[in-house]
Amino acid sequence: MRFSGWRILREGLSGNKGWQPHWRDAEPKAEYDAIIIGGGGHGLSTAYYLAKEHGMTNIAVIEKGYLGGGNVGRNTTIVRANYFLDGNSQFYSHSLKLWEGLEQDLNYNVMLSQRGQLMLCHSDGQRDAYARRGNSIIGQGDDAELLDVEGVRKIAPYLDFENTRFPIYGGLLQRRSGTARHDAVAWGYARGASERGVDLIQQCEVTGIDIENGVVRGVQTTRGAIRAKKVGIVVAGRSSQVAAMAGMRLPIESHVLQAFVTEGLKPVIDNVISFGMGHFYISQSDKGGLVFGGDLDFYSSYAARGNLPMVEHVMEAGMTLMPMIGKAKVLRSWGGIMDMTPDGSPIIDKTDTEGLFVNCGWCYGGFKAVPGSGNSFAHLMATGNHHKPAEKFRLDRFRTGRGIMDEEGTGAQHNLH
Amino acid sequence: MRINCPLCGERDRREFYYKGAAVALARPGRDAGAQAWDEYVHLRENPAGKTHDLWQHEAGCGAWIVVVRNTVTHEVYETALAADVKRSMGA
Repeated sequence: MRFSGWRILREGLSGNKGWQPHWRDAEPKAEYDAIIIGGGGHGLSTAYYLAKEHGMTNIAVIEKGYLGGGNVGRNTTIVRANYFLDGNSQFYSHSLKLWEGLEQDLNYNVMLSQRGQLMLCHSDGQRDAYARRGNSIIGQGDDAELLDVEGVRKIAPYLDFENTRFPIYGGLLQRRSGTARHDAVAWGYARGASERGVDLIQQCEVTGIDIENGVVRGVQTTRGAIRAKKVGIVVAGRSSQVAAMAGMRLPIESHVLQAFVTEGLKPVIDNVISFGMGHFYISQSDKGGLVFGGDLDFYSSYAARGNLPMVEHVMEAGMTLMPMIGKAKVLRSWGGIMDMTPDGSPIIDKTDTEGLFVNCGWCYGGFKAVPGSGNSFAHLMATGNHHKPAEKFRLDRFRTGRGIMDEEGTGAQHNLH
Repeated sequence: MRINCPLCGERDRREFYYKGAAVALARPGRDAGAQAWDEYVHLRENPAGKTHDLWQHEAGCGAWIVVVRNTVTHEVYETALAADVKRSMGA
């Protein structure tokens, strides 16, 4: 079933009776060429690209809950490619290019809205750093514009420019950044994978990973054993638990990150805006809700909800930056489980077990990476070679000290990112 | 979340600084080798459930505290001075 304007017209005239489920809810087979553990954004996009670009269709995605029920359905939907460091910059550039062709590729409306992301600066030093970052982004082949105060004022006149403590000095704008409909990204990849023959198996929890003589043989699940030649672990905040089934300990701590949404308001914030001093970023959804968030709660947690101190901090930061939102009522807040690495950058790599691969450590930035991560992980799983855009995401970089990607420059150790 | 400081009593979470898993109580020797140090600095058990963390009562008495808590429910089971825990480990 292809989506098109004609199709909508036809269905509208015939009582919308012709729509079909977007994917098959498959039963597990006894054996697959490859198994992806985790039916979130990254796992589904991995399956899609394995099928589409590498011809691997005898594969399955195994999900303990329902598809897209984890972080891909609980984030603040921001898409951008404004990273500074070698390793990250080429990867997010690759991912943003995939985003730009995603709707045509998937024949699915993911509502990508390239409304631009504006990072504000509040000191001379920060402006210099943004100029350098902007040049790096341009050098990478992506877009960046350094705005002065008047440039920012044209875009967002409602900001508190004269704030005594954090006056606004300017900003770095990336126009190709924006937002997307997060659930639709998972659904679009699920549909694309399912159409190509991938089995999407929900309500099936992996309970063990079978390894013989250093080679992966398959997985044990709540619906029986499934053999597989290759297994990819793509389970975000639960990475440590699943890796432990293969006898591994990962350089990961799971933390909680909160996000918030207000009641629906008339269009007022056109872009994604991030406060350069107070860990606050905001955009407005198509329904009108202000979607915003801040920093981690900063303690390890699997609760998928946070505590009040960070709620208060985020609200204070928002009021400092844009006092006009003070009367908006917050409808909901929630937390996601972030797989934090010591340097704040991800891992896409092989493991010491032959045929077993890991894709984790997306920290608080996994959503924008969904297309690139799946694309590069599929390449690694299918060919055994690292994909060029993601070749720096090595698991052993902490042990060796080579290739640490610490964007914040705070040091590569836990609790600093 | 409220944490019971063994010296000051139960206080708001925001008085405390979170260091991370309480691995610092079993720091490897300087000759332990690269693998032991990698495990100490980077690799984590990261349990979903009962965990032992190291917190500091930063905005209070400054004590380092081992907090036993649940990462799924945020329940705090017990707390003890890190110095006492270390001593009881026989070091």
